[in-house]
Order: sequence, then C-alpha cells, then structure tokens
Amino acid sequence: MNFYGLVDGTEASLKKYMGSLSGVDQVGADARAAMLGTRSIKTTSKRWAIDTAISMVDLTTLEGADTPGKVKALCTKAVRPDPTDLSVPSVGAVCVYNDMVEIARTHLDLIGGKHVGVAAVSTAFPSGRASMAVKIQDTKDAIEAGASEIDMVIDRGAFLSGRYIEVFDEIVKIREVCGTKAHLKVIFETGELVTYDNVRKASFLAMAAGADFIKTSTGKVAPAATAPVVLVMLEAVRDFYAMTQVRIGVKPAGGIRNTKDAIKQLVLVNETAGPEWLKPSLFRIGASALLNDLLMQRMKMDDGYYASPQYVTID
Amino acid sequence: MEEKLSFEYAPAPESRALVTIKPKYGHFIGGKFVAGSKHFPTINPATEEVLSQISLAGKADVDAAVKAARKAYTTTWSKMSGKERGKYLFRIARIMQERSREFAVLETLDNGKPIRESRDVDVPLAAAHFFYHAGWADKLEYAGLGTTPKAHGVAGQIIPWNFPLLMLAWKVAPALAAGNTVLLKPAETTSLTALLFAEVCQQAELPAGVVNIVTGDGSTGALIVNHPGIDKIAFTGSTEVGKIIARAVAPTNKSVTLELGGKAANIIFEDAAIDESIEGIVNGIFFNQGHVCCAGSRLILQESIADEVIEKLKNRMAKIRVGDPMDKNTDLGAINSKEQLLKIRELSAAGDSEGAQRWSAPCDLPGKGFWFAPTIFTGVTQAHRIAREEIFGPVLSVLTFRTPQEAVDKANNTPFGLSAGIWSEKGSKVLWASQQLRAGVIWANTFNKFDPTSPFGGYKESGWGREGGRHGLSAYLKGVSHE
Repeated sequence: MNFYGLVDGTEASLKKYMGSLSGVDQVGADARAAMLGTRSIKTTSKRWAIDTAISMVDLTTLEGADTPGKVKALCTKAVRPDPTDLSVPSVGAVCVYNDMVEIARTHLDLIGGKHVGVAAVSTAFPSGRASMAVKIQDTKDAIEAGASEIDMVIDRGAFLSGRYIEVFDEIVKIREVCGTKAHLKVIFETGELVTYDNVRKASFLAMAAGADFIKTSTGKVAPAATAPVVLVMLEAVRDFYAMTQVRIGVKPAGGIRNTKDAIKQLVLVNETAGPEWLKPSLFRIGASALLNDLLMQRMKMDDGYYASPQYVTID
Repeated sequence: MEEKLSFEYAPAPESRALVTIKPKYGHFIGGKFVAGSKHFPTINPATEEVLSQISLAGKADVDAAVKAARKAYTTTWSKMSGKERGKYLFRIARIMQERSREFAVLETLDNGKPIRESRDVDVPLAAAHFFYHAGWADKLEYAGLGTTPKAHGVAGQIIPWNFPLLMLAWKVAPALAAGNTVLLKPAETTSLTALLFAEVCQQAELPAGVVNIVTGDGSTGALIVNHPGIDKIAFTGSTEVGKIIARAVAPTNKSVTLELGGKAANIIFEDAAIDESIEGIVNGIFFNQGHVCCAGSRLILQESIADEVIEKLKNRMAKIRVGDPMDKNTDLGAINSKEQLLKIRELSAAGDSEGAQRWSAPCDLPGKGFWFAPTIFTGVTQAHRIAREEIFGPVLSVLTFRTPQEAVDKANNTPFGLSAGIWSEKGSKVLWASQQLRAGVIWANTFNKFDPTSPFGGYKESGWGREGGRHGLSAYLKGVSHE
C-alpha cells in the first residue's frame, strides 16, 4: 500500500508525517465553532437542512439489551422514518452490533430498504481492548454477515502513549479486511483523546491509513461530538483533500439529540469542509433520539404547530 | 462564486420594528431633550435611506450643555458619595442590557455593521463597561492616585462612528464613576444610539446635567475642544484631528486623552496554529468592516508558510457573507459613509499603482449603499502607502519576513503603535516578541479581544493615555500630588 504517498508504513515516516501537522489553538477553535453556532437557519434552508440531516443519520442501537425484534423495528423506521409521510427520505444506515448485522440486512432487504446501509461497530467496540486477532475476526464476521460499513475503534491507550504506529497498523489491517466490501469508519473517542491537537493528529493518522470516514465517538463516553471537535475534523478532511485530492467523510456521533444541533453540524460542514461534503456519502450523524426531533420539526414546518410526540414512532 | 452552495441560507433578518426612530432629534441638555436649530440627515449606509434629521449644535447649544454639566457637577454629582454614583451606573448598565436588542438594531441601521456584531459585541461590551466602572465608583481611593483622588469637573468627549455606543460607554462610564459630569458628542454619521442612551439616562433618573449629549460635525467638536468651561477632553478618532486637538489644548489647563489611528501588525510565525491564525487574520481586519483603529491591517507572515496561509486565507475570505447588515448571518456589512468608501478606494488604487497584487473575495455587493468587498494585497513592502497609512476598511496588506527580528522590525516601523498580534505555539517566542513590539495592546494567538478591565491605548501617533482598567479610570481623576 502506498498510503497516498504520505507515509511508507514505517514508524519513522509516520513520525515525520505527524510532526508536520500544525497545532490547534483550543481557544480559537472554540471561538470559531461558537461563532458558526450563531448562524440562523430559517424557512427554506431549514427545510433543506432537516431532510439532508435525516438522510445522513446512522440510526443506531448499541445496547446489551438489543434483540432481533428491536433491530427489525429500527430497520423499518430507517427505511420509512415517518410512515404517514413518504416524502421523508430514508436514513443513511442502521448501526448495530456485530451479531445483529445479518438480522438487520435481511430485514432491510425484505422491506425494500436495499439502499439503507448496515454499519457494524467493530474491533472490540467500544473499548478496543482485545487482541488484534480478535479484532480482525470481529470485522470479518460483520462483513460476512452483510455489513456494508465498519465502524472500528482505535486503541486510545496506544495513541495516548505515543505508539502511533500501532494505531496506524491496526487501521491498515482492518482496512485490508474491509477491502472493497465495506466502507471503513474510524472512531477516535475524542472524549478520551481530550485535546484538539490529538484530534487533528488522529484524523491525519487515520486518513493516511485508509479510513473512508473519521468518526468522533462511540456514544459511550462524554463529551462526544462537540462542535469544536467536529470543526477540527472537518478542517482535517479539507486539508487532506488539498494534499491528496481525496475526500474523506466525517461522522459526529453522540450528543446530537435535536434539530438545532444537527443543523449546527451542517453549518460547520458547509463553512469548513465545504458544500461538497453535504451528502450522506461524506457526512453522517450517529444518533438515535435525533431522528424523531427532526421529524417533529419537519411536521412543524408543514403544519405550523408542534405535534404531540405520539405522532412520531418510538422505534 | 465558483460553485453554487447547496445549503443556501434563507434571509434571517432581525426585526426593525424593535426600534422607533423619530423624524427629527434635538440635543440632550440638562436632563431634557431640547430642539436644535439646524439639521442634517443621518442615513442607513446599507441602503442610503434617510433615517432621521439630526441637530447641528452651534455655540449656544454647546454653551448651554457646558453650563448644565457644570451646574450638575457643583450642585449634585461632586457632592454625591461614590456609592450613590455607582448605583446610577449599575442602573444604566442594567437598562442597557434590558434594551440591548433595541440598541443593537439601531446601531446596525445607523452604522452599517452586521447585527451579529452589534448584538454579540458592541452592546454587551458597552453594558460591561458600565458594570465595571460602577464597581469603581466607591473605591477610587484604591485607584493608585492617593487617598483622595478628585474628579476633573466637566469632561468634553468626542467619539467616532465605528463603535458609536461602545465608544460612548468607554468615555461616559469612567468619567461618571470618577465623579465628572460629561458633554458628549457622537460622530456626525452615527448619533442615534447616543440619543437612545440619553433616554436611558432619563429612565435611570440620572440627575439632570450629569450627562449631556450634543450632536453635530467637526465644527461642534471644535466648540467643545475650545470651550473654556471644560476641564478635560477625551477624543477617539483620526490622528489628524487628534493633532489639532493637542495643539488647541496645549496652552490651556485642560487634561487630555487621545485614542487615535493605527496600522497594527499581525505577525504569524511558522509554528502558529494555522487554522486559528486564519480566523485571527479575518477577525483582525474584517471585523466591523475593518473600521477598527486597532485592526490588524498589516499581516506580517513568515515566508516559509506564506503560500499556504494566503491560499487558506483566500478560501476563508470567499466564505465571508457580505450583505444586509440586518441579516443575522451577515459577516461583513456596509462601509459607514460615502466619504469613507472613497478613502478606501483611493488607498486601494494606490496599492495597485504601486505594484501590489490585489485580490478580492468573490461576492455580490448590493446595488445601493456603500460597499467594499473583503480585499487583500500581496507583495506589499514597507515603502507602499498601503503599508503605512491607515485605510480603515476591509483591506489587508500582506508583508513577509524571514527571521523573528525582521518581523519585529517591520512591525515597529510605523508612526503608529496601537496594537499588534503574535501567532505562535511557542511560548518563549510569543513573550520575546511581545517585549519587542511597541504597541499599547498585544494579543497573543487571538485578536480584537476587548475587556473593560484591560487598559487600551497607543504608543506614538496612536494616542495619549489609556482607556479601560485602572489606567483608564485614572485619566478621569486628579491625584493629590497634581494639585
């Protein structure tokens, strides 16, 4: 593999590449994200943003209590988020644990949802604490079961202790397992990486190693997809595009629960990476509760009043 | 634009119905609005619509205002305890907060600045200045001027059009806290928020004559500067007028502070956080249309990162939203006046003719009103007019350097010295450069940050004295040693 010609796979070349990155000033990044948070998105642009956000949702259930019935219900909702309004687009994908992939894929295909992807969380999600052999097998299982997207976690322990090459090699190996069968999303767990400098470093490391998407969080650790973290990742994909002419996707996940926050994310995309990223193939939002708020805001725009929560389905 | 944005933001205008603008205004003298004799129009620079008729104060008006201020000083304000004066200042601050949307809308209509900035910067900071100085009113003996510092008496204050309400607050709040009464003249093109502030003074039941506001042009300003009944002059504006004022007050006993022009260097070292530096450059020169005396109008860029930074800066500038200042999503509003627009055009043309390379962000400028697209000039040297003269508009001159010493030499090679910015992730370099720079305010890894607790003012032709903080307060006090 040539890693876009940026690194040759050795630790020395990776160190050189990581060392060439400029730092991130935390105060400045926070201020920029806050400023973009003041954008006022109204009327036609709000309507466009709501539908776009719905099409970008990775509708997620990652609970120990998940059952086939629960996952099938989620798939039904993913295909037709509002059964009373067929103009509502399907979501981008459903996101489930490894053992639920086959159930999800089969059910989606059965109900006319071939266009909705199945994302499997992988590599000993959410902690990433397992042997490489287990992580590879975990990923293979998911792909064999029909996953079209793999959401892997990085080894944060290795990253924080500066063993970047280990993180890099893991991503490269999982990338090999995915091949052309599945898109690879690399989860950083930014709440554990803590600094924006680390987020920027992790972004460039993962992109060079072959990630199709970089993703903020597992949803199991707070803070998760804060606006400044997403800003830093969007700057990273923009800069990576300038270097390689390849567009890497971004997936914020965790903490985006309402329409207002989702629209703020789209504003960040629009004014940072650029409008080219405003499509489900390059931007996803990992969420569960968000979808119903988007649907209720959509109804409100059509009807002029807020409906009772009983007008949207609970799963 | 190269590509059509798919995410077009629909108009999000702030409501104009929040303010009532009278067809005609008088002066505020002795606690009352009094009719003026001559009038001139004030316009919305974004549309050229006439908003109202403003009175032009002549000698009789200025005399009346000075008399009212003197009377209030001798009979009321100088006799009142600091604690009581502080109560009025707290009250004014609270009313300004309560009426903040009104102030923001009026400021944007009259000045042309984006509502986002008047709402998020000008008005909250103006209120903060009153809150801060309210706290000083009963603690003047701790201002470092001896145990019994005294007010000057009547302060004559002349403010500019770039931050009309905020500059009023910078002037009026410390003056009142220190125990002075004031006669304030807002700039000719931006009187409306000062007149709304006069209403706030009435609402706060401030004793009559403590704050007097007369409107007018430079001739009114000259009457104030030369008035024998005034003890202290405070001026913010151009260096040219500042020099006239300095000459006028030199043979008198008047105390004077001047906050004048600038040509600030914004130095980006190669080890800076690049994306935040880009934001700092944009904020430094495009905040308030570049109508900022401390604007970072000279970008001094390390050669090793110059190409990368300029490319990123251009991309970022293309995203600046220029247009209707009342739209909540507008980043860059209208140039305040036709006169100022002509000055910006003239200096930019000088940049072209002297061989610098102009690049302007691609944006559709409205047909009416006064507009100038965000612009940078590259290939600028110290010898260019656009590297030396204050443009006071959204125009950035880009110079490069090779060593830290060269950066500092270039930054200091100016008759001005109001502010400077340093961008580096290396603390020792930041500290070294900040010690070398001869400027009153130095920002490290940020730009255009203001706080009432922090003194603001210039070296060299950028002015005399400081505003804000204890240093600013002392400009409105006489220490015992001076008596």
